[in-house]
Order: sequence, then structure tokens, then C-alpha cells
Amino acid sequence: MNRAALRERLPVLITAAVCVAMYVAVGLRFDKFFSLRVFFNLFSDNAFLGVIAIGTTFVILTGGIDLSIGSMMGCASIMAASLMQNGHWPAFAALSAALAFGALVGWCQGALVAFFRLPSFLITLAGLFFCRGVALRISQESVQIDNPLFNSLAGFQIQLPGRASITATSIVLFVVLIVCMFVARQTRFGRTIYAIGGSMASAELMGLKVRRTLIGAYTLSGLCAALGGAVFTLYTSSGDAISGTGLELDAIACVVIGGTLLSGGYGSVFGTLLGVLILGIVESAITFQGTLSSWWTKIVIGALLLMFMVVQKLIERAAARSR
Amino acid sequence: MKRLPQWAWALAVLALVLLFNLVLTPGFFHIEQRDGRLYGSLIDILNRSAPVSLLAIGMTLVIGTGGVDLSVGAVMAIAGSVAACLIARPAESPLGGINLHRSTPLILLAALFAALLCGLFNGILVSWLDLQPIVATLLLMVAGRGIAQLFANGQIVTFHLPSFSAIATGSLAGFPNPVWIVLLTFLIFAVLVRSTAFGLFIEAVGSNPVAARYAGVDARRIKLAVYALCGVCAGLAGVIGTADIRGADANNLGLYLELDAILAVAVGGTSIMGGRFSLIGSIVGALLMQALTTTILTRGVSPETTLVMKALVVVAVVLLQAPAFRSWAVGITRRRPA
Repeated sequence: MNRAALRERLPVLITAAVCVAMYVAVGLRFDKFFSLRVFFNLFSDNAFLGVIAIGTTFVILTGGIDLSIGSMMGCASIMAASLMQNGHWPAFAALSAALAFGALVGWCQGALVAFFRLPSFLITLAGLFFCRGVALRISQESVQIDNPLFNSLAGFQIQLPGRASITATSIVLFVVLIVCMFVARQTRFGRTIYAIGGSMASAELMGLKVRRTLIGAYTLSGLCAALGGAVFTLYTSSGDAISGTGLELDAIACVVIGGTLLSGGYGSVFGTLLGVLILGIVESAITFQGTLSSWWTKIVIGALLLMFMVVQKLIERAAARSR
Repeated sequence: MKRLPQWAWALAVLALVLLFNLVLTPGFFHIEQRDGRLYGSLIDILNRSAPVSLLAIGMTLVIGTGGVDLSVGAVMAIAGSVAACLIARPAESPLGGINLHRSTPLILLAALFAALLCGLFNGILVSWLDLQPIVATLLLMVAGRGIAQLFANGQIVTFHLPSFSAIATGSLAGFPNPVWIVLLTFLIFAVLVRSTAFGLFIEAVGSNPVAARYAGVDARRIKLAVYALCGVCAGLAGVIGTADIRGADANNLGLYLELDAILAVAVGGTSIMGGRFSLIGSIVGALLMQALTTTILTRGVSPETTLVMKALVVVAVVLLQAPAFRSWAVGITRRRPA
């Protein structure tokens, strides 16, 4: 690998090293952590966060930010649950309606950002309020689901040795991961996203379809946020309008820890998955410890975020110097 | 014709909301005096908008430099927790060992000092490490509530100290104390930015950092100062919120208020890209937000509607501010035959 390629991959390599080091450190500290069961639970417990973080990676790669994803998750979750339970819609129709709503809101946000050059954090901030408001309008109490098809979907799992299992939610995560990795690296849409993040002006001068791609990125983010809500609904077998509060920050933290530059242009979908795993390892370590309180998660994530941002800055400065 | 100030839109909408209430909500403008204090929906709007107004004052300067501070809600929680723990001194709190003898001025200073440290932390990340403001302040937004919970050991720390509660619940010359605090803070900041070159420097840094540097403006020091001031404003808002309920809830104090503050600033005519700001506009914006909320509550509409309303208002105002939208709208109207 030549030096330029190495430098480009350095953030994600650091993340991978931290991820493995943390996994080993936590495993040495607590016995039973090195089991297949705990390993696969890392995926199934964080599947909704993973799906959402992967979707929003595209927006961040364009140099924007999407703050509406957390409340979109809550909105999709309560919408699907309420349509199934109170509206007696079939499971797939209800889930599709929630996904379509997510894509539609994402499309609107993208259109406002792309056509009128509005700051993305402001528009998606409004989206955050909007989705949370709609979610609470649908139902303020959480809605338990007893739809036979839905419950068989939620209960579906592939048994592995050692009482480990791959749940339906982890399968969704893997599918989203593979599709998004392909889209980011192998399609025109993906390459245009990286170009926009590098320099929007250059991308426009190159004749790339900047507006259409920007709208696509926000639509994808909204769709993935709604899909995250659907995964969360599968995970808990209920819909809850206030679920996902503050999740946008966790997701953005995962993307940054995964080595994606918030100024756009550099980063990878796979890095985001590593970021989600790091978050999951921190959370399960705190659960294994038992005496440490949950707020330590926030402080540890904050410290990790700071570390990664400083590392990114140092890499950027080194790159600028060698140019 | 003299050009209207940018916040004229917000003022017009505020007037419209009040007019709507004048016609349709009986008793909305009724103000009565009890025990030397005024009561009524209008006073309520002034009083309840105080925390957002304080946040908006600090946020205006930060946005003026082209930045944004997402951590103000978390800083409120930190300041509130510090104040509550120093008063109640629960044994499990790391701050339990510090004895300030329940002196309200000292406790107030300690809470504001904690908030100042948070602001300086943000400022250092933005100015010296040159991180993007959204990201740098995201850090404290995530970790800040954790720190606040650490201080309070995950509890809702309640206290009884009448002189401290009076910060939020007392009144002076008929008006609740928070209204006076906002007025005083506003006057101090107005003098600071308009009677000294500080405001000019902020606008210089916000509109063109490179040109500002060539003109000899030390952008780093200006940025450090605005984030520190924003932190102190958030601390003050946190103290009011804590004194109001005589307790600090690290999970919920100031939750989503950063969004309200940003909305108030944007609605108030401050350019969200930086380079042009209006303190009075931000106050008008905060009042408009609260007037909307109070109206919705007194009309008996469900409170969740406020969120949807706020979202639509902010999109409308931001669209009206955007040059791209204006030229597009003008193009549409010209093309159409009269």
C-alpha cells in the first residue's frame, strides 16, 4: 500500500485497532465475555443504532449533518406499531408505510438543503421537532404489538453453537451494511457523494448531479432512520414515540469514531460499523461490571469522541504539511 | 425608506399571535396584582421565556462568529447539578465534600464557574484545535449530561434554601426575578457588543475569517470569548431552572433547549451563517417561541402540536432569509402574467 492510500485508511485502521484492543481488554477483564453469544448480541442489541448510523454516514460524507434521525426512529416505530395494532394493517404494509414516511421526510429535508442552500443542521433540527411531534400525536403511550406475522418475524433466529443466535435484527443490519458498502464504493451515486464532500464547487464544475445526489443522501438517511425504527420495533415488539431520544448523537458519534471526517469527503460505511461495535463494547462492559452506572457510557463515549477528533485533526494537519 | 431590521418578521408574527389571542382567547391580556406581584398570561410568557432568552443571548454571539453551540442544554444540567449538590451535599456526590455554608452568592458563583469552564472547553476545541463547532460542542452535549449525572450520582438532588429558590420564584417591582435577570444580562451584552469593538470583531470573524485575520483580528481569542460567554449564559439559565423546581434533574434540565435557543436566534434575524447578529432579535425570537407555546397550551391544543408548529415556523423563517429562495420566489412571481 502506498503512503497516500495508507493515510486515507489510517483513521479506519486506528478505529479497527481500538475496537479489537477494547474487545480483548474487556474480555480479559470479565470471563464469559469471549463467548459467541456475547459477540452476536453485540450485533443484535445495537442493530437499530447500526442501521441508523450507516444511513447517516452518507449525509456526513457530503459534509452535512442529519439531526432528525433519532426522532425519525421513534416516529417510524410508533407509526408501524399503531398501524398494526389500532389500524389492523398487515405487518408488511405497516412497516412499508413507516419506511415510506421516513424516505419522504428525508427527501423534503434534502430538497430544502439542496435547492435553497440552507444549513443542514437547521433544517434537520426542524425535522427533529417535526418527527417527534408527529410521533407524539400518533400515541403518547407505547403500543404493544400482537400481530402473528410480526411476532414470528421478531422471534426468528438462526441458532448457532454455544446458545448464540443470529436474530432477524442482526440480519437486517448485515444486509444494510453490505448494500450500503456497495452503494458507497461501487455506484455513481456513492462516488458523487464523496466528490461533493471533497468540494461541492468542484463537483458542480465536473458536471456531477450535485442536487440529485444530495437529495438522495438525505432520503437514504431518512429511510435508514425509519428502518432503524422498524428494527427497534422488532427488537422490543412494541412501538414507542419517545424512543430514540438523543440517538442522533450516538449515531453521529459512531460515524466520527468510525473515521469519517465531519467536513465530508473521507470515511467509510465499514468504519461506522466499527464505531457502533465500540459503542456496544463499552455498553456491555459497563453491564458486565455491574457496579458502574449507566452515565459512564456517556462520559466514555465523549472521551473517545474527543480522542478521535484530535487524531483526525493531526492527520489532516500532517496531510496539509506534506502537500 | 429606512430598511426594516431583520427581526421585523419575528416581531410581526409575535404581534399576530398576540392579536389572535386578543380576539379569540378571553382573559389572555388580563393582568392582576397579588401580593405585590403581577400575574397573567403575558407575564407568564415573559417569565417562562427567561431560560431560552438567556441561552439565545449567548448563542447569538456564537452564531455571529459562524459557529453554533449544541452543548448549552447539557451545560445547564451541569450548572444545575453543581448548584443542587453544593446546597444539599448528598453523601454520594463527588461534590459532597465541599462546604460553601449554604451561601447563595457563593453557590451561584460556583455554578457559573462550572459553566464557564464548560464554555472555555468548547472555545478551546473550536479556536485552538480548529474543530468544526457542531462537532466540538457535540462532545459536551453527549458527555455533559453524563458529567451532570456523575455529580448528582444519578439522583434528582432536591434542596431547601429559600434565598436560592428566590432567584427563580421571587419578584421585584411586580415582575418575576427571571425577567430582571434577562433584562440585566441583555443590557450588559448589548453594551459589551455595541459600545466596544467586540461586536464588530465577532461580525468580522463570522463574515470572513481570512479577511478578519488580515485586518489584525485575533479570531481565536474572539471565538474563545464567545463560547465562554455562551457557557456562562447557559449556566445562568441552568441556575434559574434548578431554583425554580428546587432540585436538579440531570436527565431533563435543559433537554432540547439548545434547539429552542437556536430557533430563537434564527427567527430573530441573526444570519445562521454568521457575520450579522441581533441581540434584540433573539429576545423577540425567544418571546415568539414562548408565546406560541403558551397560546397552544391555553387553547387546549395538545402540547405535541407545539413541536410540529415550531418545525414549520423555523423552516418558513429560514426559507424567507435564504437568498436562494428569495430569488426563486421572485422568479416565479415575475414569470406569471399579471
